[in-house]
Amino acid sequence: MRHLLDIYHLNREDIEEILLLAENLREILHRPIPKVPTLRGKSVLLLFYEPSTRTKFSFEKACKVLSADTLSFSAKGSSLEKGETLLDTVKNLRALGVDLLVIRHSFSGTPHFLANHLDIPVVNAGDGTHEHPTQALLDLLTVKDKLGTLEGLKVAIVGDIKHSRVAHSDIFGFQKMGSRVFVAGPAYLLPEDREIPLYELRKGYFRVCLNLREALEDADVVIALRVQKERHGDPLIPSYNEYAEFFGLSPRILEWIKEGALLMHPGPINWGVELSHEMERYPFQVILDQVENGVAVRMAVLLRLLSGE
Amino acid sequence: MRVLIKGARLLDPTLNLDMTGDLLVEEGHIKAISRKIETSEAVELISGEGLYVFPGIVDIHVHLREPGEEWKEDIESGTRAALHGGITRVACMPNTKPPNDRPEVTTYILEQAREKAWVKVYPIACITKGQEGKELTEFGRLKRAGACGVSDDGKWVSDSSIMKRALLYAKQLDLPVISHCEDHSLSRGGQINEGILSAKLGLRGVSFSSETIAVVRDLLLAKETKAPLHLAHLSVKENIPFLRWAKEEGIPFSAETCPHYFTFTEKEVDGYNTSAKVNPPLRTDEDVIAIKEALKEGLIEVIASDHAPHSPLEKDIEFELASFGMIGLEFLLPLSFNLVREGLLTPLTLLSYLITNPSKVLRIEPPMLKEGSLAEFVLFDPEEEWEVTEEKIQSKSKNTPLLGRRLKGKVKGVFLGNKRYLF
Ligand SMILES: [Zn+2]
Ligand SMILES: [Zn+2]
Repeated sequence: MRHLLDIYHLNREDIEEILLLAENLREILHRPIPKVPTLRGKSVLLLFYEPSTRTKFSFEKACKVLSADTLSFSAKGSSLEKGETLLDTVKNLRALGVDLLVIRHSFSGTPHFLANHLDIPVVNAGDGTHEHPTQALLDLLTVKDKLGTLEGLKVAIVGDIKHSRVAHSDIFGFQKMGSRVFVAGPAYLLPEDREIPLYELRKGYFRVCLNLREALEDADVVIALRVQKERHGDPLIPSYNEYAEFFGLSPRILEWIKEGALLMHPGPINWGVELSHEMERYPFQVILDQVENGVAVRMAVLLRLLSGE
Repeated sequence: MRVLIKGARLLDPTLNLDMTGDLLVEEGHIKAISRKIETSEAVELISGEGLYVFPGIVDIHVHLREPGEEWKEDIESGTRAALHGGITRVACMPNTKPPNDRPEVTTYILEQAREKAWVKVYPIACITKGQEGKELTEFGRLKRAGACGVSDDGKWVSDSSIMKRALLYAKQLDLPVISHCEDHSLSRGGQINEGILSAKLGLRGVSFSSETIAVVRDLLLAKETKAPLHLAHLSVKENIPFLRWAKEEGIPFSAETCPHYFTFTEKEVDGYNTSAKVNPPLRTDEDVIAIKEALKEGLIEVIASDHAPHSPLEKDIEFELASFGMIGLEFLLPLSFNLVREGLLTPLTLLSYLITNPSKVLRIEPPMLKEGSLAEFVLFDPEEEWEVTEEKIQSKSKNTPLLGRRLKGKVKGVFLGNKRYLF
């Protein structure tokens, strides 16, 4: 593994190794002084071309714990001014002696593009509507931790599947680890029939549900996606109220899901839209565990890519 | 100059000529064509064994990028690439900078062409000012300046009443209207074909309906106005039944496709390969088969390159920022002859798609292998294989997924009036 660009191309062994490493590293976060010298002298460039406090903070924290230096560069918005190219910016920063690049960008494929042009590992921290691999890894770690296994679970993902890079990475990640993935949401935000062969990695392990209940029935894990009212000026849902009423997760789902089913969300949450306020008190919501596991998984990824093979 | 080409397969789709024989060129004209020409006078001999000789190709869809984007291509380099591809006439699309939406630009292009073009250039002017789809350009003055057709290529005239007006006026002036069929309200932000690959790459897709909706509307307007419509670069299967219907209705239209739509599929784009990013996008296996069937059935009867050069500045960047288009002049013949190799078309039918029919669209007399006419023909070896490399490409730009691949069929020479080029 030279880069972490997507989950689609990872094999199960890679995922297992990262999860195992993350489990071992997580303990460091609970020490009185949460810091080890493992990556001392290495420097990591964090390039965020899209606003993101959580993911960026999580990567920064992971670097700090492992004693790697960070250089960070944020550009507001997604549109690059013509004339200054991303590749130029990155090559310049690379010349400062960077050992690894973490990139978040609103264009799908940008991490792949940079990986093709750079001689250092590249980590995708979310690209356009493509993938968000570290989010899927932390979701896997959270579920494995809480339920003890990833094999044979039913995972329901609810929301805008079409444009969600989190959903895409989760769909691949959970199936690779032996879970079945059911997705639901407004029909025009779900994968179309012709896309199913892409998402269905194993026969019968992926299903698109037009009926919310079908997706949630007996689910072990429920992942709610953040709803965006519009994307780049394209209105996606008629109103938050409409969405909350028909696709929001509220106590009514408790009759459908398995007892003790985990409730997850990649954050930030629109309470009252994709999750009703009552769900804040749901005893098996693990949203804060996801945050801690995010740091652990990112530590594992950095270590894996920087320790060299 | 007296040159005798002996024992070549002489092909002319316009004259329905297909015979093995000799061809004598004298003073830039075809002096004689016959099964066997004996001459006692001094003459240079070229063995035509294994070679096809046919009239120069007429490519009605080319982006020469001049004026305004000369770092990608200019009239000199673009027409040199055409010459090497066996193309002796090119129609150049108006989306230059500034666009060819006024007579001064048409005049400029023709002046530049007179000065430095290797082959004949036929400017296409815009349908609407600035290609904005709002106001018609001055068709009359543009035609007088030398424009041979109108097109807003790169954009579709989405306002139906403006398109209807354009068709009526173009008909009056005997100009073809070349439509780039794409419903932008569906394709907005689209990067590649909509389907499994766009989902995998997280790129916004362009569905077949974006193209077919536009095709059907334009056919209906052509039916209503009885005006000559030319549909550029068709790429999807779903167009086909509508083309068949339009033929049955007797609607005055012609349809075109490009080699990349019967050669490549969307798979070329996997891994975010910008050299295969083109508009309309590369489609699926099913579409490739359907386009070939439409060529065989004669529903699509024009093949053009849609040569669209871009430099690394526009291509070696993030996929979503990269420009659409691939170069094609130098691959038009080798890729098109695959249709003959696959048994879909006879050489004569294929050549009619490359010479006779595009000439008809432009309302020009096609080049012909006729005694007394000016020499304008190509020597082509259908069997020779060659590898596509940056060095061999004459175009200033090298944006093609074919780099490093082998092609079958090579242009060996072009005769153009008094000039003779052997490659
Ligand atoms: Zn076009
Ligand atoms: Zn074009």
